[in-house]
Amino acid sequence: MMDATNILKEAFDKQNSPGGNLAEYQQQNWSMFSGLGLPALKHEEWKYTRISKVFTDKLVINNDSHLSQDALDNLILKGTENANRIVFFNGRFLEAMSITTDSAEAICIKPLEKAAGDEDADFVNTNLGHSQRYHGDGINALNAAFANGGVYIRVNKGAILNNPIIIYHVSDSSNGIRFSQPRILVNIQEAAQVELIETYTNMGGGETLTNEVVEISAEKDAVLHYVKLQHEGEKTNHAGTTHIRQTGKCLTHAVTITLSGAIVRNNLNMVMEAEHGESHMYGLYLLNGNTLADNHTIVDNAMPHCFSNELYKGIMNDGSTGVFNGKIFVRKDAQKTNAYQSNKNILVGENASANTKPQLEILADDVKCSHGCTIGKLDEDALFYLRARGISADNARSMLLHAFAIDIIEQIKNEEIRAYAEQMVDDRLSFSM
Amino acid sequence: MHEENDDILEQVTSSEYKYGFVTDIEADEAPRGLSEDTVRFISAKKNEPAWMLAYRLKAYKHWLTMEEPKWPNVEYPPINYQDIIYYSAPKQKIAPDSLDDIDPELRKTFEKLGISLNEQKRLSGVAVDAVIDSVSVATTFKEELSKVGVIFCSMSEAIQEHPELIQKYLGSVVPATDNYFTALNSAVFSDGSFCFIPKGVRCPMELSTYFRINAANTGQFERTLIVAEDEAYVSYLEGCTAPMRDENQLHAAVVEIVAMEKAEVKYSTVQNWYPGDKEGKGGIFNFVTKRGICSGAHAKISWTQVETGSSITWKYPSVILKGDYSIGEFYSVAVTNNFQQADTGTKMIHLGKNTKSRIVSKGISAGKSQNSYRGLVSVAKNAGNARNFSQCDSLLLGDKCGAHTFPYIEVKNNTAVVEHEATTSKIGEDQIFYCNQRGIDTETAVALIVNGFAKEVMNQLPMEFAVEAQKLLAISLEGSVG
Repeated sequence: MMDATNILKEAFDKQNSPGGNLAEYQQQNWSMFSGLGLPALKHEEWKYTRISKVFTDKLVINNDSHLSQDALDNLILKGTENANRIVFFNGRFLEAMSITTDSAEAICIKPLEKAAGDEDADFVNTNLGHSQRYHGDGINALNAAFANGGVYIRVNKGAILNNPIIIYHVSDSSNGIRFSQPRILVNIQEAAQVELIETYTNMGGGETLTNEVVEISAEKDAVLHYVKLQHEGEKTNHAGTTHIRQTGKCLTHAVTITLSGAIVRNNLNMVMEAEHGESHMYGLYLLNGNTLADNHTIVDNAMPHCFSNELYKGIMNDGSTGVFNGKIFVRKDAQKTNAYQSNKNILVGENASANTKPQLEILADDVKCSHGCTIGKLDEDALFYLRARGISADNARSMLLHAFAIDIIEQIKNEEIRAYAEQMVDDRLSFSM
Repeated sequence: MHEENDDILEQVTSSEYKYGFVTDIEADEAPRGLSEDTVRFISAKKNEPAWMLAYRLKAYKHWLTMEEPKWPNVEYPPINYQDIIYYSAPKQKIAPDSLDDIDPELRKTFEKLGISLNEQKRLSGVAVDAVIDSVSVATTFKEELSKVGVIFCSMSEAIQEHPELIQKYLGSVVPATDNYFTALNSAVFSDGSFCFIPKGVRCPMELSTYFRINAANTGQFERTLIVAEDEAYVSYLEGCTAPMRDENQLHAAVVEIVAMEKAEVKYSTVQNWYPGDKEGKGGIFNFVTKRGICSGAHAKISWTQVETGSSITWKYPSVILKGDYSIGEFYSVAVTNNFQQADTGTKMIHLGKNTKSRIVSKGISAGKSQNSYRGLVSVAKNAGNARNFSQCDSLLLGDKCGAHTFPYIEVKNNTAVVEHEATTSKIGEDQIFYCNQRGIDTETAVALIVNGFAKEVMNQLPMEFAVEAQKLLAISLEGSVG
């Protein structure tokens, strides 16, 4: 950790000085990070996840590596050629390789640095760093200190996008542990409808460390479908926060799929600031090797009549570890809240483990809240049923695991992405119909 | 309807704590404050052997290096450990040979509390160890118990008469260094109960300890140790009350249980310390460490608690399931009202194979209180086929109170099956309406519903306690709907 500090400091001093408000914002956050440091295991929120161990003197932040168009073309998900494309290379927004396919009346994609100084400055001022109210730790501040490399997305009032927005995060790990810090700020205006998908690639075969913060604000009558796909391989470390704010009555829906990584930490927040809001959170962590996947979710019900539903499922193979922490806050005024949460885990590997903590904090009385969680093995009876019908043990097992996982995959709205995710899950479970 | 219900709630919250009287007994007290001298004073007062003093001093020195825990979900003013009287004993000339020798004033106190120390109590067949402030004043049915080999006496007596047992088991489940309050307790505990059930003996009657804080400014630090040898069985009850005082009083107890092969220990608590007044003034800080170990195969430990008192409760009765096929159970009803805060739950540590645990926790919050369930279910790598089921339900009465759940589940074995479920709700208007329709008034209906809500736990209590506990629930909450 001490070694990484110098590298980080050097990178912070060296980055191009951003204009306007961002300079001050980044400086503030740099001081905050310097004070807080990286979260250690005794930090309650990081109890099972020692992210600090990746911060060594092998970190690489700036270099002149280049992303070729061919390399990028190889990454494009099949069937999504028409999508709005945002490319992050080594954690910085690559405007030149990003494409907007929807009309300029509907959507605007530009560097965050620019947005902080033009007509979107007000939005940036009020929303940038909103997630820090929930994650006041050093790692969030560290990302904020490098926010000028980020992107700003505005989906205009009433715009229903024809194509999804796909964000490709590419990290070049050919000469050290690549440290990327993408920053994304999304402004979904009234009655707009958006599909936002994030996917990650590790190029170069070395280790990577990504520290990402995505902040989304959705206005009245907006609809957001968000998908995060993590399958970069076992050498990648990830600490990401996706923070979704509902400022008006709207629908937000998130699916997080984690298939590989070394240490993976995902924070997902749904902050429901308006009455009658609706939010859904789904997650699947299908792990093998020594992967540790840690999902922390927060649903903050601040106003009455909100509905939230949450389902996270995990399958742990080999010596992998699944961590789940789901917080539901029901504030004093949030009467008539309905909040449901469920976390289900199957331990397959002999050395696999699961740590889960579903947490309810309720300060209003007229609410219906429930949470449940299970940790167990595959149902012997179900296995027997399949075996008795002539299905081999391996096939029976993958059928059952597939059935378990598919509940989450089915929640992905975009057909191409869903098919892609399903294929990856099938390959992993060696399942074929 | 709503307002009317609020009125009823108001009435309920204003119901007086009926055990709040003070008994005027001459007391023998240690000087205020805590230092090595205090520890030596207590040890000398009890005429303790050198090993006991050494144990206390070691704990005290460790305590000095520790910090008060800040993680519980409770808020309270800082405790000044130098402003507490660590030892207070009702003045008794000599140890009483028979119950007739006990100060009549003292006996009256216990009669007022509904605990008769008289042998007539034989009818109900419960042996009682009564602890007032820092010392045990009477233990009944000793002789009868000793016939079957059961040792049931005060801790100070046990230190004198059964030093080999105390040396072997004291601190074996809850080491002095476990946490801040256990270190404090190990240094200054003044009395408590000791109970030893030899191999193969089924204790012929329920054993019971009654704790009473009487003197002002004192802290109560008692220590309970229960050892059940192979195939032994005992059911143990604990009750507590305190006078109404404006200042907060500290109660930091330690309970240890050892259950060997095929032994069963059932520990029931009805905790009714003074909860403070309507404005949240006064009340007991109840910071208790309770832990049992199923050291042998097929052992069983069951905790049942009804928590209605204390201004702040911080308590996690736990079971270490070390023996194969051992069983741990935890049944709890925690009621908070006014400004009470409770952070309570359990820990089930599965170490042995085929171990089972069951957790049923019911939290009821009213007034401006905060009620938290905090639990841990941990399945170690070698605990094959471990099984746990947890259920924690919260009932909210009123919109100024809060219910929180913090269940930690950590599983490291792929043959374990762990389930957890929790719900939070209020009493439905439709449920009340259903009862009203059938001629049951709102107040009775609520009592009915609350009792139904807590029934699963109440059923676990021994008869003698179930009645008291049900009454307590009724006093605390009858008729309250938010």
